[in-house]
Amino acid sequence: MNFDLTEEQTMIQDSLERFVNEHYTLDQRNAVISLRDGFSPAHWQRFAELGWLSIPFAEDNGGFGGGPVDNMVIMREIGKGLVAEPFLPTVLLFGGLLEAGGRQELQQTYLPQIIAGELQGAFAYLEKQSRYEMTDVVTQARQDGDNWVIDGEKIVVLNGGAAQKLVVLARTSGDQSDEKGLTLFLVDADASGVQRKAYRMTDGRDVANITFSNVVAEAVVGEVDQGAEVMNPVVDSARLAVCAEALGAMESLNAQTLEYLKTRKQFDVTIGSFQALQHRAVDMFSATENVRSLLYRAVCTAAAGHEDATRSLLALKVMVGRAGRLVGGESIQMHGGMGMTDELSVGFYVKRLMIINLLFGDADYHQQQFIEVANAEQSELTLADTEAA
Amino acid sequence: MDLQYTAEEHAFREEVQQFFAEQWDDEMKSMLENRRGTDGMKPGMIEWQKRLYNKGWMAPGWPVEHGGVDWSPTQHHIFNSERARVGAPERIPFGVTMVAPVIYSYGTEEQKSKFLPRILASEDWWCQGYSEPGSGSDLASLQCKAELDGEDYVINGSKIWTTYAQYADWIFCLVRTDNSGRKQEGITFMLIDMNSPGVTVRPIATIDGFHHLNEVFFEDVRVPVANRIGEEGKGWTYAKSLLVHERLSIAEVADSQGMLAKIRDLARREINGGKPLLEDARFAQRLSDVEIELMALEFTELRVLADAAKGVQPGPESSLLKLQGTEIQQTLQELLMDVSGYYSQTLQGDLSDEEFGNDYADLARKLYFRGRASTIYGGSNEVQKNITAKYVLGLAS
Ligand SMILES: Cc1cc2nc3c(=O)[nH]c(=O)nc-3n(C[C@H](O)[C@H](O)[C@H](O)COP(=O)(O)OP(=O)(O)OC[C@H]3O[C@@H](n4cnc5c(N)ncnc54)[C@H](O)[C@@H]3O)c2cc1C
Repeated sequence: MNFDLTEEQTMIQDSLERFVNEHYTLDQRNAVISLRDGFSPAHWQRFAELGWLSIPFAEDNGGFGGGPVDNMVIMREIGKGLVAEPFLPTVLLFGGLLEAGGRQELQQTYLPQIIAGELQGAFAYLEKQSRYEMTDVVTQARQDGDNWVIDGEKIVVLNGGAAQKLVVLARTSGDQSDEKGLTLFLVDADASGVQRKAYRMTDGRDVANITFSNVVAEAVVGEVDQGAEVMNPVVDSARLAVCAEALGAMESLNAQTLEYLKTRKQFDVTIGSFQALQHRAVDMFSATENVRSLLYRAVCTAAAGHEDATRSLLALKVMVGRAGRLVGGESIQMHGGMGMTDELSVGFYVKRLMIINLLFGDADYHQQQFIEVANAEQSELTLADTEAA
Repeated sequence: MDLQYTAEEHAFREEVQQFFAEQWDDEMKSMLENRRGTDGMKPGMIEWQKRLYNKGWMAPGWPVEHGGVDWSPTQHHIFNSERARVGAPERIPFGVTMVAPVIYSYGTEEQKSKFLPRILASEDWWCQGYSEPGSGSDLASLQCKAELDGEDYVINGSKIWTTYAQYADWIFCLVRTDNSGRKQEGITFMLIDMNSPGVTVRPIATIDGFHHLNEVFFEDVRVPVANRIGEEGKGWTYAKSLLVHERLSIAEVADSQGMLAKIRDLARREINGGKPLLEDARFAQRLSDVEIELMALEFTELRVLADAAKGVQPGPESSLLKLQGTEIQQTLQELLMDVSGYYSQTLQGDLSDEEFGNDYADLARKLYFRGRASTIYGGSNEVQKNITAKYVLGLAS
């Protein structure tokens, strides 16, 4: 048993930490967010030069061959620094789907462009009616000669404004919520019939609602009607990644709040000397450590392909939602009026945690999945055994 | 024990309902809906308060001689429940419920006749200048200084978290006139014209995206001695006695009931995994948990009200009204946000509801972030618990 990082992983962590220290003060971040697409193209180039964009991809595809631990290392630092660049939508989701789809011509054309920082992508999956059910898809794709033609609308597409290419989840057969009958398509974001309405998330990141009318897809990603098989593992690794990001954000909130408790004075003493606040700080700390433990559990079981991986991941996502809300709420409360302002970064971290709770389904949604998985497990013990014992 | 209204109270409720039916009209609603924290709020609130004024109901809690109405506590309760039921706003408190009681209790005749009629008619907008950067929970440590110079005090220092200072004509301040004794004793209550030379207002950006908070700076601001309330050095006592004027509706039970009903409606509409979210076991559990707490709080409020109606001092349970009320509000705000799912964390910007795909998430988000403050201002919940532990439970440290 060993929860240490390798030397290489430590180096990645250090270089990200340095980048955050140099480029992500609150003022610098505000400047980045106010750029057209909500992130800095110059930073993105730097990510490419430093090799970070290659980390999750297989060596055959020009990548570093990283796994869940490497993604965790990157995303935790992104979370700590509240980094706005679209690593999740472009690299983990868009790139991840192209890689998992297994079509060599697509991999060879686009993965190098992603790794070089030249291509922005997005995964368009949510719809107005779907809430957290990713398989609830009414966007249709129909075959027209050699082409697939897409009609429908996607909402809250992360990085949807900047993306040059999209992977679009569409229905090719089956009923509205069936897992079978979904297909992933590669679509050029400027193709005729694509209309984007960009807006922002509360943390300043760019998203778009995108309508498709008679849009000719560039290619199928994976196999027709088998989209879910490609999508599910990619989304699971994205879930794990955003949970690592959440851990980083919680660590930062803990550090900022502790610092405030140790320096802010009222009644001639530091407010951290009040037991009522000390206990709350301990609750924040303990919520954060629970997230760390479940994260390690989920990452290790995922890396090993262990049978407990799904249960662990679901437990983690539930915990991240609940603990994130606790840590965020307490951070604001213990900062008093200052916690309500945009002059500290506390509120921005809280917003990011709230978004992470929603991504791929909130805590309640994941708890339902957890219950189904946990209750389906068969005990080795039969009723007769228990009676005998 | 019973819950009956008297015949007069029934008649009063009908009158109140009729007032809201006529005055809380579409014009009024469109002036105020979704305006909280925007510049459109000010004219809307003034118009609404003028409608209350025309009916004679702007300041029912004031003494009759100054324009109040001799309502019983039950009548206040009825009015407030009906107000919340139709979704009409509470009056902006700074003038009518905060500074006015200090003026009519401790002010000179001249101050009363100068300020009270203008407050009643919403001709002056007031703000509250108590908190300072270094003095929040420990308010008595405040340092904004007033020095006597002839017929004027000269004010130097700053106030922070001043709600709606950007709209204000007047600010009521606690200022320090003496540093020698106990810190509570050197504080003076002052009324300051916001147009005085040397007053500047800096906006503070907040997590809810509104502009309501400000920092107010005073640089050699001259304030006539005639604007001092009562005696020098007694400001703390005046301000504290004002806290006793606490509104009976401080728990905002009626508003929370309205919110709960709204959440239930929306959760019935929202489809989650093929069925209404309201039927989701975890969601239903959370909603009913808070509903049960609210049912208890409603009766705690009625118990306090019954004491007040008898004219006796409310029991110790009254200290729980703000604590429980704000916690329930925050839970409800969280639930409303959860109903709106992804939309709760998106900024609608210029998109229409149709393009955006949702018509209430924008409000849900704003209420949530704005609502974080309710456990911070007016004595944070931690400080309230300290006070309750000490003075109600007798757990002195
Ligand atoms: C939205 C908003 C509107 C406001 N409007 C006004 C206004 O119009 N006019 C005005 O004068 N002020 C206003 N305030 C200020 C408000 O009254 C103060 O924020 C409040 O008194 C807390 O002070 P603080 O912000 O300095 O926090 P601090 O006092 O620094 O408190 C920080 C944390 O320490 C805790 N704490 C402090 N002392 C203790 C203790 N003894 N035991 C346990 N915990 C403790 C607090 O509960 C809080 O969690 C407003 C504040 C907000 C957020």
